[in-house]
Amino acid sequence: MGDSDATPAQAKKLNRLNTMAIDEKPRARPIDFEEDVIQRRPVTTQAGMGTADVTAPTPGVLANDDNIVFTTVNNLVNWARSRSPWPLGYGLACCAIEMMAASMSHHDTARFGMEVFRSSPRQADVMIVAGTVTHKMAPRLRRLYEQMPEPKWVIAMGNCASSGGEFWDSYSTLQGVDTIVPVDVYVPGCPPRPEALIEGLLRLREKIMKGG
Amino acid sequence: MPVGPFGIDPLIWAPLRLIIAVGLALFLVLNGALLQIYLERKIQAIIQDRLGPYHVGPFGLLQTFADALKLISKEDVRAAATDGWFFVAAPALVFCPMLASWVVLPFAQDIVGTNLNIGLLYLTTLGSMTVLGIVIAGWASNNKYALMGGLRSAGQLISYEIPQILALVSVVLVVGSLSMIDITRSQAGPLVNVLILPFPFLIYFIAALAETNRTPFDLPEAESELVAGWLTEYSGMRWGTMLALSEYGNVTVVCAIVTTLWFGGWQGPGVDAIPLLGVLWFTLKVYAFILIMMWIRATLPRLRIDQLMSFCWKGLIPAALVNILVVATLALAFPTTKIPIAIASWVLVVLFVAGIPFVQRRRLRVLRARARASAAPAVRAVS
Ligand code: SF4
Repeated sequence: MGDSDATPAQAKKLNRLNTMAIDEKPRARPIDFEEDVIQRRPVTTQAGMGTADVTAPTPGVLANDDNIVFTTVNNLVNWARSRSPWPLGYGLACCAIEMMAASMSHHDTARFGMEVFRSSPRQADVMIVAGTVTHKMAPRLRRLYEQMPEPKWVIAMGNCASSGGEFWDSYSTLQGVDTIVPVDVYVPGCPPRPEALIEGLLRLREKIMKGG
Repeated sequence: MPVGPFGIDPLIWAPLRLIIAVGLALFLVLNGALLQIYLERKIQAIIQDRLGPYHVGPFGLLQTFADALKLISKEDVRAAATDGWFFVAAPALVFCPMLASWVVLPFAQDIVGTNLNIGLLYLTTLGSMTVLGIVIAGWASNNKYALMGGLRSAGQLISYEIPQILALVSVVLVVGSLSMIDITRSQAGPLVNVLILPFPFLIYFIAALAETNRTPFDLPEAESELVAGWLTEYSGMRWGTMLALSEYGNVTVVCAIVTTLWFGGWQGPGVDAIPLLGVLWFTLKVYAFILIMMWIRATLPRLRIDQLMSFCWKGLIPAALVNILVVATLALAFPTTKIPIAIASWVLVVLFVAGIPFVQRRRLRVLRARARASAAPAVRAVS
């Protein structure tokens, strides 16, 4: 590791970086929604209430995020949509266990109104793809996505759904669910903890709020 | 000049009463559904040691508002292979009988849509008309899960209609009227019907759980078996009307029937002086039963379809028939006093509740014997 030619101070710093807890580490740049999430969004068939720049909250008193008394219809509808994204329970593998845990008493997605797991795609808003998508499952996944009514969103939960994960380069596994459906939020991890999924759901909520 | 209630001319009072009743009905159905869904989610959360909705509005009170707004703005999907008009009409067919039942519910002394002298018959008839909408929804969806859910629902609702009506008959026998107002009037004072007729109340309440598709009888929408039952193909507000408005409206109607028939309806302290207080008592009693239904939902798992049917046909219907026999005989034998009926009814309650373990044990024995008999050849072959 070349520790021998480092100064003691540098070695100490390296050592500290290696041993410190993950949330003590210096933060990376905070996510910029406009740039990082919305601009990089894959082409989708969604019919939202408008594009991001139209519905962006107008500065001033009348239309901001939390004001639902005086607001535009776009903002009101986006508020409602962002506050009740009902997931389609699409648990495929190990990640599904964490998805279930996220809705149980310890983590409780019900706080944000997201615990209403619908089993019929017709009544769902968000498809949480939780797990490994095999080539055999892929057409079904695409079909269920198309059966969901607009507006609809997709969360790729776990490394498998995001990129193939530990089944990278496998003969039978889809290399990321974004090859067949447009994904809005990626939640990395193998499996991501329920907190991570909730973070993903909240990011999605912010995105919906901005008209996505 | 004749003076009507509240000192208003009866000619003005009649339309005014209608407006008040319809306004109350719509208010209670629409807002009641919003409130009840919120309550349901919150209470289930509390029972399951969670927090429930609390980030949307103060204490999460705006949660169902957001849900409703989202459902309204959602795309309304109708698959090409569905049965056009029927698919569109089914939600209305489910919703209308429920709304029409509110006409005869007595909210307070004079706040009632109309005082039908066959009020109870009217209510039970409308209650069974919901099945029509459900079966049509299942059929028109052109989806096998929806069809199975619809037919299940038809079987379940028609079966549970019987003990329900049989239980109501015994109340009518004792009170001597089918009018909701008369039934409420007959329970002035602390001696409400549930003290005299607890057994039909028990039967009615169990059957009412099944009638409104509540857990443990929510088989038509059993998620683990049929995707979402007869609602599978519906989306957006059409689904919202069917499930949220109709289901919670029906729950309220059923709880209102229970309140009126067994718990004295709008009777309560102070209603003689201030008749409007009746609305408060009535609503409080109705919501008490709604909360009990939510409690049951959070507590009990779902039954299997054969258990559901055999419980109705082998348990509830014979019990309801025995109940009618006993009440009718005692009402004939002692026309002046209700005490023998009360004693007999309480004895029946005790027998019914205490009898369940015996029946259960016998059923288990039979099942085990059958299992052993069918396994016998295999056991012989091994040994
Ligand atoms: S990401 Fe990991 S935990 Fe999730 S499905 Fe794939 S292998 Fe399982």
